[in-house]
Amino acid sequence: MACIEARGLRKAFGPTIALDGVDLRVEEGHIVGLIGPNGAGKTTALNAILGLTPYEGELRVLGRDPWTARDELMRDVCFISDVAVLPRWMKVAQTLDYVAGVHPRFDRAKAEGFLAKTSIKRTSRVRELSKGMVTQLHLALVMAIDARLLVLDEPTLGLDILYRKQFFDSLLNDYFDRARTIVVTTHQVEELQHVLTDLVFIDRGRVVFDCSMEQVESRYLEVIVKPEQVASARTLKPLHERQLLGRSILLFDGVDRGSLAALGEMRTPSIADLFVAVIGGQAGPAQGAAR
Amino acid sequence: MNGESNAIPGPALGSPALAPAAIPATRRMYWAVRREVWENRSIYLAPLAVAAVILVGFLISTMRLPAKMRAAALDPTQQHQLVAQPYLFAAGVMMLTTLVVGVFYSLDALYGERRDRSILFWKSLPVSDLTTVLSKAITPVVILPLVTFAITVGTQSIMLLVSSLVLLGNGLSLTTLWSHGSPFQSWLMLLHHLLVVHGLWYAPLYGWLLLVSAWARRAPFLWAILPLLAIAVVERIAFNTSHFATMLGHRMIGGPDDDFMAGSLSMHPLMHFAPAAFLTSPGLWIGLVVAAAFLAGAVRLRRYRDPI
Repeated sequence: MACIEARGLRKAFGPTIALDGVDLRVEEGHIVGLIGPNGAGKTTALNAILGLTPYEGELRVLGRDPWTARDELMRDVCFISDVAVLPRWMKVAQTLDYVAGVHPRFDRAKAEGFLAKTSIKRTSRVRELSKGMVTQLHLALVMAIDARLLVLDEPTLGLDILYRKQFFDSLLNDYFDRARTIVVTTHQVEELQHVLTDLVFIDRGRVVFDCSMEQVESRYLEVIVKPEQVASARTLKPLHERQLLGRSILLFDGVDRGSLAALGEMRTPSIADLFVAVIGGQAGPAQGAAR
Repeated sequence: MNGESNAIPGPALGSPALAPAAIPATRRMYWAVRREVWENRSIYLAPLAVAAVILVGFLISTMRLPAKMRAAALDPTQQHQLVAQPYLFAAGVMMLTTLVVGVFYSLDALYGERRDRSILFWKSLPVSDLTTVLSKAITPVVILPLVTFAITVGTQSIMLLVSSLVLLGNGLSLTTLWSHGSPFQSWLMLLHHLLVVHGLWYAPLYGWLLLVSAWARRAPFLWAILPLLAIAVVERIAFNTSHFATMLGHRMIGGPDDDFMAGSLSMHPLMHFAPAAFLTSPGLWIGLVVAAAFLAGAVRLRRYRDPI
């Protein structure tokens, strides 16, 4: 069964079209990266999936309509929608008590175990914690919930490198078990390169790229072309061409490895380069994935 | 408030399919209401602070009580007033505090969570908008009157104890102090008054404030007052009448039945204890229907509204 299935998902805020017919299918057990420039509609799409906003079109999350059945859906879905949404007045112990009180799938002992590895004190209020600690707390709460879908919207925004790395490490080591599904949006795409199983680019309210990471690796190749070969390389119709330190780097889609090998050094493109090639080519500057 | 464990065993560690699927609605409501009290400590701190102030004033006045009792020795009515007045005044001040706390609580209840974006956390949990809004209505309508009742009873008990000790210590009789009826009887009246007037009769007030709180993007206090003022002004200019203002005034300082609630806000010990009259008063039922409509609107708005 598909975890998320969207067909012709549309959403407009007045004259602004945030989602312009999104088709998306996320299978269970996948880790999907939803990448797009600012204002592309990522958050709106996630809000629709989480039942936070009404929409037009068809959408099923774990077989339910999120808008009409949000509270039931939230038994199986968790989300961290920003780093700073835990109520600042709450004490750490109260967050544990409350989630244990209202969530049927919350394992308090597990959350306590995660918290024990941090320096967060039970008696602290959220407002007294650093931004990194608030994220650790939220993650401890969420990872202790036996959910089928976890949605993360910019979960590491504003965190330093150590916390960011730790965040994705504990998510993969302690949480992900191939039965769960994770959908994540982020601007720090490099950190996700080896985490994701699927990659979706969204731009101006549409899905412009939807591909598994395996396919990305087999289809896309980046070649650092020797200067004398550039003209012949261009005849193979590269998806994108850029200059780096005086050398031409060309990105090819589905071109035979044998014919590229002669042109220069080959490598798998990073998500950021792929993003620039796919979105930058059609939409002007794509600040989202720029390094 | 404190960090004690609530002794809920974690769900089974089996596959998702084996985990318990639901938590009873009553338990969700219990935690939702408890959450409100955690966040809004003024629910009990404000009445406690007022009680402390009352007690300080009362202690000073009690020092002078024996002298005044002797001066008024010949007039039992005067003596009775001297003794009973502080208790009525204390109850009245506590009720006013309750009303003020309830108004500010309700105005912030659905506005604050959008302003600080914590609504995104609350909505990530399996608690419906209906449960949330109801818990925020139960707090001023039920919890606040009960807390006020408990604190008022505690305060008056201390007052009774202190004045008894002072009178005894000065060799004066306690007859006057205890003659105006048992305190338990007036406490029962107090409880009835708090639940009836501050709970049910004011329910549409709290419903309106919650609706505004769910709707306003800024300045919920202004949005709560200006539309009411506008209606009253338009009515006055257009028809030269003031039915709307009268109705609001009746709701705020009148009771479900003016005969029944003579004096309303000030809890008079001689007020008629007539639940039947109250339950058949149409004003009560109209008010409750209006309150329900406001709350339904608040539930709907909470579903649609984004964080500010």
